[in-house]
Amino acid sequence: MTLDVLYFAWLRERIGQPRERVETDAATVRDLIADLSGRDDWHAAAFADLAAVRCAVDQQLADLDAPLAGAREVAFFPPMTGG
Amino acid sequence: MTARVQTAPFDLAAELAGFGAGAGAIVTFTGVVRDDTGTMAALEIEHYPGMTERALTDYGTQAAERFALTDWRIVHRHGRLAVGEPIMMVATAARHRHAAFRAADYLMDWLKSRAPFWKREIGHDGAAHWVDAKPSDEDALSRW
Repeated sequence: MTLDVLYFAWLRERIGQPRERVETDAATVRDLIADLSGRDDWHAAAFADLAAVRCAVDQQLADLDAPLAGAREVAFFPPMTGG
Repeated sequence: MTARVQTAPFDLAAELAGFGAGAGAIVTFTGVVRDDTGTMAALEIEHYPGMTERALTDYGTQAAERFALTDWRIVHRHGRLAVGEPIMMVATAARHRHAAFRAADYLMDWLKSRAPFWKREIGHDGAAHWVDAKPSDEDALSRW
């Protein structure tokens, strides 16, 4: 499947781009992280500490075990600091 | 019953004109850029366009149901903000003050930890660092 993958804050800086289009067979967010981490050192560094990574699937907050079936957009970011 | 994300400043008085007509209680909260260390020049706020508006609307709608609000408004800025500038506001309107206060408190707890904004502090020397989320903000959500 083809996914738009977005990065924010220091994940964006470590990966070096705000978004990319990814071909993947990942069934869950966690599988997608493993796939991306295997692609190059920048992705691996960004995802080194998953306790510091949050995600959204199709713009809804999701946990790392969320399924990706039917998803079009996945975003990765650190814990949010709004307000 | 609106949520907005913008770079421009907001005018609290203008936001409240016509807000919550008929309510018995209106509560507003304004968050302001503060400098605890004397070294900060500005705050830069990044957000997730599309998701942000959706999340703020969801949280406002949840607050309205839970606290029987007659009106609510959330305005949150992004981009570069100098120390002393307002960052965001929430306004809640209800029949009685307890519901309005509690709804504003509830909304702030959700916005702190579940709205897709990320703050970065910019020092007078130009050095930038991302603000870490506070465990106390995460704990605050469990109250609800």
